[in-house]
Amino acid sequence: MATSPRISTHTRAGTRLWRVFADHAATVAAVASTILVMTPLIAIFVYLLYKGASSLNLAFFTQIPKPVGEVGGGMANSIVGSAVLLGLASILGVPVGIASGIYIAEFGRGTRLSNTVRFTADVLNGVPSVVMGMAIYALIVLPRKHFSALAGGVALGIMMIPTITRTTEEMLLMVPLNVREAALGLGVPNWRSVLAITLRTASPGVITGCMLAFARVAGETAPLIFTAFGNQFWSTSINEPIAALPLQIYVYAISPYDDWHRLAWGGALVLIVLIVVSVALVRYVAGRGVLKGAS
Amino acid sequence: MQITPKTGRPQPPAADPSSPSAAPKPSPVRAFLQSRGNSAIADRTFGGLMLLCALSIFAIVVLILFELISRSKLTIDKFGLGFFFGRAWDPVSGDFGALPFIYGTIVSSIVALIIAVPLAVGVAVFLTEMCPKVLRGPLAFLTELLAAIPSVVYGLWAVFILVPLLRERVNPLLIKTLRWTGLFEPPNYGIGMLAAGVILSIMILPIISSLTREVMSAVPHAQREAVLALGATRWEMIRMGVLRNARIGIVGAIILGLGRALGETMAVTMVIGNSPIISHSLLAPGYSMASVIANEFNEASDDLYRSALIEIGLALFIVTIIVNALARMLVWAVTRGAPVRGS
Repeated sequence: MATSPRISTHTRAGTRLWRVFADHAATVAAVASTILVMTPLIAIFVYLLYKGASSLNLAFFTQIPKPVGEVGGGMANSIVGSAVLLGLASILGVPVGIASGIYIAEFGRGTRLSNTVRFTADVLNGVPSVVMGMAIYALIVLPRKHFSALAGGVALGIMMIPTITRTTEEMLLMVPLNVREAALGLGVPNWRSVLAITLRTASPGVITGCMLAFARVAGETAPLIFTAFGNQFWSTSINEPIAALPLQIYVYAISPYDDWHRLAWGGALVLIVLIVVSVALVRYVAGRGVLKGAS
Repeated sequence: MQITPKTGRPQPPAADPSSPSAAPKPSPVRAFLQSRGNSAIADRTFGGLMLLCALSIFAIVVLILFELISRSKLTIDKFGLGFFFGRAWDPVSGDFGALPFIYGTIVSSIVALIIAVPLAVGVAVFLTEMCPKVLRGPLAFLTELLAAIPSVVYGLWAVFILVPLLRERVNPLLIKTLRWTGLFEPPNYGIGMLAAGVILSIMILPIISSLTREVMSAVPHAQREAVLALGATRWEMIRMGVLRNARIGIVGAIILGLGRALGETMAVTMVIGNSPIISHSLLAPGYSMASVIANEFNEASDDLYRSALIEIGLALFIVTIIVNALARMLVWAVTRGAPVRGS
């Protein structure tokens, strides 16, 4: 089937020429598309560094936004706000995500229930973030009648769950059965064997998953618009609207003021550095083959 | 509860040398084990806890669906299915129709796919089949980095770099050469459907290309060797040996990219123009389902307005769930060791 009549013993020069030409054309096209894809990436980074670095100064990290019309100010409250939101999200998302991963891999392996849970996690992963924000608005903001950091944290936390669940599951599946049997053979209770032996063996991979989920939600803006709402002032209370870096970048980017554009670029640079560092760290850890010793 | 087989303490026969006929005194091993107490309760509790967390994922999806349905009841009752075919969007007089947003979402996603799919497949072909080994790692890392950039940063870049570029350079060229198609009509604002499609294509490229790479690597090597042994050139090998066998997975990857494009919010909101009109020109401003929610939800003052926006969200939720489920199934069918067709 895979061999079509085209590759028979054609010896006519024209056909051969055409085939060689098609081969070269395909190579050129593949190389060209790779270059074309790399261009925007490099352009984004160059502009971020160029425009962002020039607007970063001490005030950026220590001051809160100035009122409209005044030059200067910073994003200190947004950086702290993002930290609070991500902390809340991690408190919710990491334990639930890891526990569901453990259930799928250790308790329900191969059962219909765990397959369904895995599928649901994949589906949840694809839910648009703006819809997630709207659902949390209906669930938490409407009954409490005010925007809050708590609602934002919950929205981000829910978005972390599927990624963590799936990576935890995959990493646990890579732990060989012998390790579990050895632990059980020593009379270790199952729950301890799962936590202290299996999960521990897979921990570098699990941490990778958590970092990826963290990096993903760190830049989420849409779910925060109707939950955390943003705040021009200092606030670390989880019952108050809170500022967040991506939200502030959005507000500044669509504003008509040049100075705010400058701050938006600075904020974007900080955000990207945060995310790239965590992704690179993850790749470094994962690339060293931490699980090789176990398999 | 399927957790029973593993609960309780395992008692390998080797640990119990005292056979039933032996003295009642337990062996040292057994005595040690018994001194640690029974773990059955702890095990069951732990298993139950894990199950609870797993079930919470269901609960979340069901809860989201329930909230969205119950909060959009007002417009569902008032407009029915006509909501999705109405062209009016008038919050003041309470007349809502979602057609402009559906149109904007679909058109911008299609534009994104048209741009992204050939490029993504090209990148995947280059990385799996042609690239020197030295370059493979860094290039794959770079494409993954594209996936890690937050939407709002893409939006920022698009507003200040891409839109001016389109307005000054690309759009005049398109108007000059392709105006006869009716797709590129002035006025040329820079922002609009085309800008949204281009930024979307950059955003969905990494996911399509990394999944395509995955399914292409799943094609067995024997397949490539067989085609090469028949005298095929490298491109013919890729086309017949690899792409043909991976095509279902590639379609899955494309659909997954579509799912992303449909729900993408921030970057689109920043460049699509945000006006609920249906225009056949790609250079005209539009509106998408996600961006109307992002823009107007906080301003929705009365219940009907809010309900209309939530119904748009509900539609988006259901569509993305269907699209994602379909895509996952297609990708699984290939990467999960499905029999290779044609061999």
